[in-house]
Amino acid sequence: MGGYILKRLVSAVPVILGITVIVFLIMAMIPGDPATAILGSYATPENVEKLNRDLGLDKPLVQRYFIWLGNMLTGDFGRSFSLNRPVLDEVAERFNATLILAGTAFVLCAFLGILAGVISAARQYGWADKGITFVVLIGISVPSFFLGMMMILLFAVNLRWLPVSGMFAIYGGGDLPDLLRHLVMPAGALAVVATGVIARLSRSAMLEVLRQDFIRTARAKGVPERGVIWRHALKAAMVSIIPVLGIQAGFVLSGAVYIEIVFQWPGVGRMLVDAILKRDILLVQGGVVFVAACYVMFNILVDVAQSLLDPRIKT
Amino acid sequence: MAWKTLTRRALFAATGAILALGSFASPGVAQTPPGVLVVGQIAEPKALDPAAVTAVNDFRILMNVYDGLVRYKSGTLEVEPALATSWDISEDGTVYTFSLRDGVSFHDGSPFNAEAVKFNFDRMLNEDHPFHDTGPFPLSFFFSAITSTEAVGDMTVRFTLNAPYAPFLSNLAYPTGLIVSPAAVERHGADFGRNPSGTGPFVFKEWRSNEAVVVEKNAAYWDGAPSLDAVIYRPITDANTRVAEMLAGGIDMMVEVPPVSLSQFQGDDFTVVEQAGPHVWFLILNAKEGPFANKLVRQAANYAVNKSALVNDVLEGTADVAAGPTPPAFAWAYNEALEPYPYDPEKAKALIAESGVEDLDLTFYVTEGGSGMLDPVAMGTAIQADLAAVGFDVTIETYEWNTFLGEVNPGLEGKADMAEMAWMTNDPDTLPYLALRTEAWPDKGGFNSGYYSNPEVDELLNAARVSTDQAERAKLYKKMQEIVQEDAPWVFVANWKQNAVTSDKVENFRLEPSFFLLLRDVVKN
Repeated sequence: MGGYILKRLVSAVPVILGITVIVFLIMAMIPGDPATAILGSYATPENVEKLNRDLGLDKPLVQRYFIWLGNMLTGDFGRSFSLNRPVLDEVAERFNATLILAGTAFVLCAFLGILAGVISAARQYGWADKGITFVVLIGISVPSFFLGMMMILLFAVNLRWLPVSGMFAIYGGGDLPDLLRHLVMPAGALAVVATGVIARLSRSAMLEVLRQDFIRTARAKGVPERGVIWRHALKAAMVSIIPVLGIQAGFVLSGAVYIEIVFQWPGVGRMLVDAILKRDILLVQGGVVFVAACYVMFNILVDVAQSLLDPRIKT
Repeated sequence: MAWKTLTRRALFAATGAILALGSFASPGVAQTPPGVLVVGQIAEPKALDPAAVTAVNDFRILMNVYDGLVRYKSGTLEVEPALATSWDISEDGTVYTFSLRDGVSFHDGSPFNAEAVKFNFDRMLNEDHPFHDTGPFPLSFFFSAITSTEAVGDMTVRFTLNAPYAPFLSNLAYPTGLIVSPAAVERHGADFGRNPSGTGPFVFKEWRSNEAVVVEKNAAYWDGAPSLDAVIYRPITDANTRVAEMLAGGIDMMVEVPPVSLSQFQGDDFTVVEQAGPHVWFLILNAKEGPFANKLVRQAANYAVNKSALVNDVLEGTADVAAGPTPPAFAWAYNEALEPYPYDPEKAKALIAESGVEDLDLTFYVTEGGSGMLDPVAMGTAIQADLAAVGFDVTIETYEWNTFLGEVNPGLEGKADMAEMAWMTNDPDTLPYLALRTEAWPDKGGFNSGYYSNPEVDELLNAARVSTDQAERAKLYKKMQEIVQEDAPWVFVANWKQNAVTSDKVENFRLEPSFFLLLRDVVKN
């Protein structure tokens, strides 16, 4: 197992290096440069050139890439010029907020999705199955940002139960209940689509397992139905549910971008959107590399978890 | 049977979880106490160092933390004393000597004096200054005319310019001219932008990244302490969310209300404030080639566009129809006699026929957004339809703002016949000087992207820039506006009225023509 993990870690290195090259080239190639973004209407060629020199953007592309890469290897991601602070500070702080949001949404959608899937599989074609399928279909179909806006209008503007946006109350907040109150709507909106997908796939995975011989054997042996479903069938079904969870974790993370904008959640997705609009090259590059590295690590974790569950996967 | 208990149990668990979450929701939304004003900003500030920033959004904080040597008289764009009590301009207009206000201290306790002023301008302009590396200072060219800054006495400072430059005083009133504490710059270096110290009515307290910037009352303010105890600036980038926060009571004041949302703030709970400012929204016409090389066709375009419909229907009344290149907010320099081109499609058709121009295919650059651009896509589409109605065949090309600037600023030649553009300036000199002179063609480093050229206009603008007599300057600008309107290098479309909404707890608030947000006199109950 140790060897397997090591092998996967080594294979992640070229992936991350490739990402650094791609994000660097994209930022270099997109039209519009940071100096124009800063100067706006005042971007005369003369002013742009002077500012580019001040920002260190007048050096050749290749040289800039290796300076950036070299600095990153020493842990220096550079300084964001649109926020005037070290990139790593900003990214770490923002990623933390995204993890809280996406993590909560993920736990929520994994729990509710699997629960709904198992129930509808166990009661195939029953009222519970039909009800769940219907709700799941709506969940998959409604865009999460639209759902978010509607939730704000209902729960924050009209009913005033929950705060509209942000992560903490602006005045006198900052404790856990405050965080949870701010988390309910964005995490809920973010979890909806993934819950639907997980529920559907858990249902079919469960149905397939329930048809197999060992389930019939277990029932014949006199195992209570509850045990058959949750211990025997679900464990076997998890082998095909876990990769889905891994993929959905990626969707939740990327879906967080919209949700962070609608709910003004100070996460890394909103940071990247702002940074791209402002052509804050170092912040975009640092942010993307950081997020990509986390995503690669997460994938490795999922694969390892799967190999632990299913001994047939070669280690 | 076993199944029933299971579902029931699952149901209990789920209900329990939802109730637990709900209990956190019950305390309702926390309200801010009286005396603490929460302002909804459109973005996180870049820095709180006035020399280093360019965005109006950041100025809204800075103007309350710092003072300049001079400032705009309330309700106007004319300068009055601030940290300087008086000044003297030499006969030839190249030496400005300021007497400074006694007894003023920066928030960090260090004294305000002539050395501090010298430090500020040297830091920005002199590449050898030990703290020049706390930049970059993108708008330092506002003061590029300065050749030297000297502390003549403890409380007297003298600027020497390389040539007479009339907008100098006005530029000193702009945020780039705000005076920072040298001691704080020395102490914090590159992090000064997050640890600001000025002389203004509010003292910087804290900056919680992506959450809030908090400033508190400066009880010792030289011009009278503010009535608010604190102001919390909250960045909310999404306009819909900003509106929702305002409706829900999460913020007390919001700026830049989207036109379509204004109707939601009718009624007694809110006050909508409006103020016209030094803004002009126009179409640059390519006067070098294509149909708009002919003056009659340019005039035809001005007649063809239904500007009243644009400001009333597309912009929901948040702008006025523009008559010429200078916004009326520059009251002293504005030519009141100027009437906007009326909407007259028949006249437009007649002018086109008279011009003999037959190829009426146009390429029109439209931006998706951008500073001061209002609702550029909807406006561009409406303009396209108006022009089509008189015989033009308009193809729109849409670009994201920074890409758009990268296409338009180098000039339209060989690419497009017209482009949207908007400017907000602080002096009547700035826009025409940078965008209408022959010497301001893109290849010479200016913004005259449509290659307009009229020697008489050049002469008027050059003369107005070096005159230090405001009445004389006013005369020159008024004459310039007449000629430019007649020549029609642009389609003059709109002057934006900045708006803000306050809750019923806020009193004594007004917007300034400068578009700055001044909060010293505001009261929150």
